[in-house]
Amino acid sequence: MRVLGIETSCDETGVAVYDSEKGLLAHTLYSQIALHAEYGGVVPELASRDHVRKILPLVQQVLAEAGLTGEELDGLAYTAGPGLMGALLVGAGVGRSLAYAWGIPAVAVHHMEGHLLAPMLEANPPAFPFVALLVSGGHTQLIQVEGIGKYLLLGDSLDDAAGEAFDKAAKMMGLGYPGGPAISKLAEKGQAGRFKFPRPMCDRPGLDFSFSGLKTFTLNTLHDSAGDEQTKADIALAFEQAVADTLAIKCRRALEQTGSHRLVVAGGVSANQRLRQKLDAMCKKEGAEVYYPRLEFCTDNGAMIAFAGCQRLVAGQQEALSFGATPRWALEELDAI
Amino acid sequence: MDIVLADESATESFGKQLAVVCPRQALIFLRGDLGAGKTTLTRGFLRGLGYHGKVKSPTYTLVEPYEISTGSGTESGIIHVYHFDLYRLADPEELAYMGAEDYFAEQAISLVEWPEQGVGMLPQADIELHLEYQPNGRLLNIQAHSGRGQQILEQLDTTSAITTE
Repeated sequence: MRVLGIETSCDETGVAVYDSEKGLLAHTLYSQIALHAEYGGVVPELASRDHVRKILPLVQQVLAEAGLTGEELDGLAYTAGPGLMGALLVGAGVGRSLAYAWGIPAVAVHHMEGHLLAPMLEANPPAFPFVALLVSGGHTQLIQVEGIGKYLLLGDSLDDAAGEAFDKAAKMMGLGYPGGPAISKLAEKGQAGRFKFPRPMCDRPGLDFSFSGLKTFTLNTLHDSAGDEQTKADIALAFEQAVADTLAIKCRRALEQTGSHRLVVAGGVSANQRLRQKLDAMCKKEGAEVYYPRLEFCTDNGAMIAFAGCQRLVAGQQEALSFGATPRWALEELDAI
Repeated sequence: MDIVLADESATESFGKQLAVVCPRQALIFLRGDLGAGKTTLTRGFLRGLGYHGKVKSPTYTLVEPYEISTGSGTESGIIHVYHFDLYRLADPEELAYMGAEDYFAEQAISLVEWPEQGVGMLPQADIELHLEYQPNGRLLNIQAHSGRGQQILEQLDTTSAITTE
């Protein structure tokens, strides 16, 4: 089955074609990062307008690369949530309409399901069941995954997501957007041990996260310091270590709690090298396997939506002719297949 | 009115006090830098109304709605609270696309972070809170801009033990 996937939940327009027999046939991505950089983050209305401009040329490009026409596809998958309402509606509206025009079935995909299945596009895919850490600008969640659509939320961010904390800490330090790569780069010059940031919520049981306090700690530390470049680098390092440590501690607990030996890490923050090093070391010690998507599929992309949609279409799921978007949508609400 | 908030829990406690004296329809602006405690204050506010769930940052979603059930029997009701974060707005006009006017017209309490991003499209606030960093915590400045806001301020004045001016 050949499925076109469309992703427009936030600031990336991603389009891809996945074939259940041959794997990924083509994928492309247009990132709006430059558009939003001057505002220090995604501007919802600008994002929607940019999706409108880019989506059809990207669909045409991907079809040309895959050597297919729309009618030769067997299905179409679009992200229906969670995300920014205006941005989601562009992908859902265009996706549903194209499927109707081409006479093929369409399926609405949950953005976070796309992310947590993304490592299955790799050569060594994880087998079910596993524990997934979804960590991005909008989410920080630990999920027990028994199969597609069989999700149990183990832990969630109580306030700011990890990626959001990176963005905001970067802004405080006068760094660019997105904050994660900017902080990592500065942290390379940092001296370990000068500042000690807290590991939020690790002193108590449970798998929930809270990163808002780290933001406040960063502000206070910045104010109490000389504010020179070396100090900023030292703060960036301490901040990054605190986030990576906290995530690794909670992942270890989640593996212990579920008795699982497989950890899947996805979402934009999973591209962070310090986090990967910590998780690799932790999993080695625990005798667990850890799986990541390739770097370009850590952030939002059309390939993961095409893949997740394909699984659901193969199982016989499809949408009626109407379409909608769900800005707030819990993974646990999905049907199992 | 100026209040010194020693730490995060003081900010949250103030939010709770504010909720207790706040009428069911009000517009509250929250100003202050990143990390100043705007969302912490909002969390306290929601706790003060009896909400105990997560208080997620609305930075990515722009607005997080809350429906809080109160009382029982004939006294029961639902309080609507909207927590806005306008940090991401490029143009105040985007508020119109969000249908923000409907939010403010409702019988609801709206707490708005980064109101400066919505200048021209936001109605006058009843009260405005400004959180500012200082070495021993945060300095909170409160100003009333309406009769309703004035009442809130007066009630806060009598319940607050940490007023410095």
